[in-house]
Amino acid sequence: MIYLDYNATSPTDPRVVKTMTPYFYDISANPSSTHSAGYKARNAVDHARKNLADLLHSRIDEIYFTSGGTEADNIAIKGTAFAQEKRKKIITSAIEHHAVLTTCDYMQKFGYSIVEVPVDQYGIIDLEFLKTHIDENTLLVSIMHANNEVGTIEPIQEISKIAHRHGAIFHTDAVQTVGKIPVDVAAMEIDMLSLSGHKFYGPKGVGALVVRKGIRFDPLSHGGHHEGGKRAGTENVPGIVGLGKACEIAAHEMSADEKRLKKLRDRLWNGLNNKIPELKLNGHPDKRLANTLNFSVRYIEGESMLLQLDAQGICASSGSACTSGSLEASHVLLAMGVPHDMAHGSLRFSLGKFNTESEVDKVIQILPGIVEKLRVISPLYKHKE
Amino acid sequence: MQYSQKVMDHFMNPRNVGELTDADGTGTCGNPVCGDLMTFYVRISPRIDDLKKARIVDIRFKTFGCGAAIAVASMASEMAKGKTLSEVIEMSREDVADGLDGLPPIKMHCSNLGIQTIQEALKDYLTKIGRQDLAAKIKGCPKQEGKSTKANNK
Repeated sequence: MIYLDYNATSPTDPRVVKTMTPYFYDISANPSSTHSAGYKARNAVDHARKNLADLLHSRIDEIYFTSGGTEADNIAIKGTAFAQEKRKKIITSAIEHHAVLTTCDYMQKFGYSIVEVPVDQYGIIDLEFLKTHIDENTLLVSIMHANNEVGTIEPIQEISKIAHRHGAIFHTDAVQTVGKIPVDVAAMEIDMLSLSGHKFYGPKGVGALVVRKGIRFDPLSHGGHHEGGKRAGTENVPGIVGLGKACEIAAHEMSADEKRLKKLRDRLWNGLNNKIPELKLNGHPDKRLANTLNFSVRYIEGESMLLQLDAQGICASSGSACTSGSLEASHVLLAMGVPHDMAHGSLRFSLGKFNTESEVDKVIQILPGIVEKLRVISPLYKHKE
Repeated sequence: MQYSQKVMDHFMNPRNVGELTDADGTGTCGNPVCGDLMTFYVRISPRIDDLKKARIVDIRFKTFGCGAAIAVASMASEMAKGKTLSEVIEMSREDVADGLDGLPPIKMHCSNLGIQTIQEALKDYLTKIGRQDLAAKIKGCPKQEGKSTKANNK
């Protein structure tokens, strides 16, 4: 199998698995317990918290462990809203993950107005639009660091400056960037940041919300005193330990990984683009995650390509409606102005550190035949000739 | 979401793919906006207006769409081939889905256009031989998808 769907999830690094393993049985006490077994578990959680703080340049007490990116996004949006009553506007973007968009939609029930900032053809936020729509009624600006579908990296430092000028809180869903590119919450002036372990070789079911000191937010789950009273429930110790280890590895290796992945990704794109006519790259040419390649194949539909690729052992992703579980093509591509047929015909290859050059070459060898086969049976292709 | 083995078989090896030059009837349903579009070409023999005697003797299709759309078109083409026009007019999208051992619920409406598109081609045939009255009784393309006579290509 050739796995090229790392933006969906990554396999857990064997070093992470090894670090986690003792915490299922040998060191399995409750970190809140008053006995030496409990202290060991507590120390492990504290150590992981330090790993995260080191990677993100935050304070240790600014890290709140969650079940993943989606929960972190939920706490950031609902938690800040429920902690105040004055400001009633939330600004987000048209290309956010559903974890943010659906949560924002829900907040309308509580009297919040939601503004979605449009993006340009590359998926970059329209800063002028943001500037004209932000005001003293804006509670929160939530804009992702990098987009999961096309990989475009947003100018979040500029966005946070605009937010702060109006006294708004700046939250970023950094699920696709933490562990892949440098993130410095202090230097980038990020008030709240969501991250997820399984996107960068950590385990599934664990993530974190980073909240800078002084930002007020209510918990969503009430109960014990876990996570500073902000997220009740016994800690997922093995998961947290694994997330900490993934952060420690990323701090050392992500820069080298990024360089290697960019080469691999560009090799894939150049190889495919040379062999297959009428491809169109989606996403920003440069301001883009090094591992992400999203393009549209004219005249054919994405799910058909995915099924054919899968039949040959290649795992990828598409923005076609057929793969979304809804009847709409990717909201990200449509927001970027990609025509419907081209959005349905999109493919995403997202690479990771376990991919090799020979895997990429295999895809370059296999995909052109699949495209040709599907184009021959496409009524759109006929009309082109 | 996983497809049945029959869907995968028809998707990987679609039957009756292509076009018929000088087809007696052609029909196109769906559009690229919703992600599924198909065109059917039929040859009728004998070329008469007796729905119980005239048969589809040859059939071809082209599809832009997901795996289900391609499998549906292939299955519908097999089911319609050799049948009389009245038999094909009686067929429904459920018959095609059953023939494929079922389709995921979300595919039932968007992708399951095979039979309607063949019926659209029969409307075209009946219109061409001057029986607009008979053509008008056939439903053809589902309303919500609209009817595009030409695959439009931006």
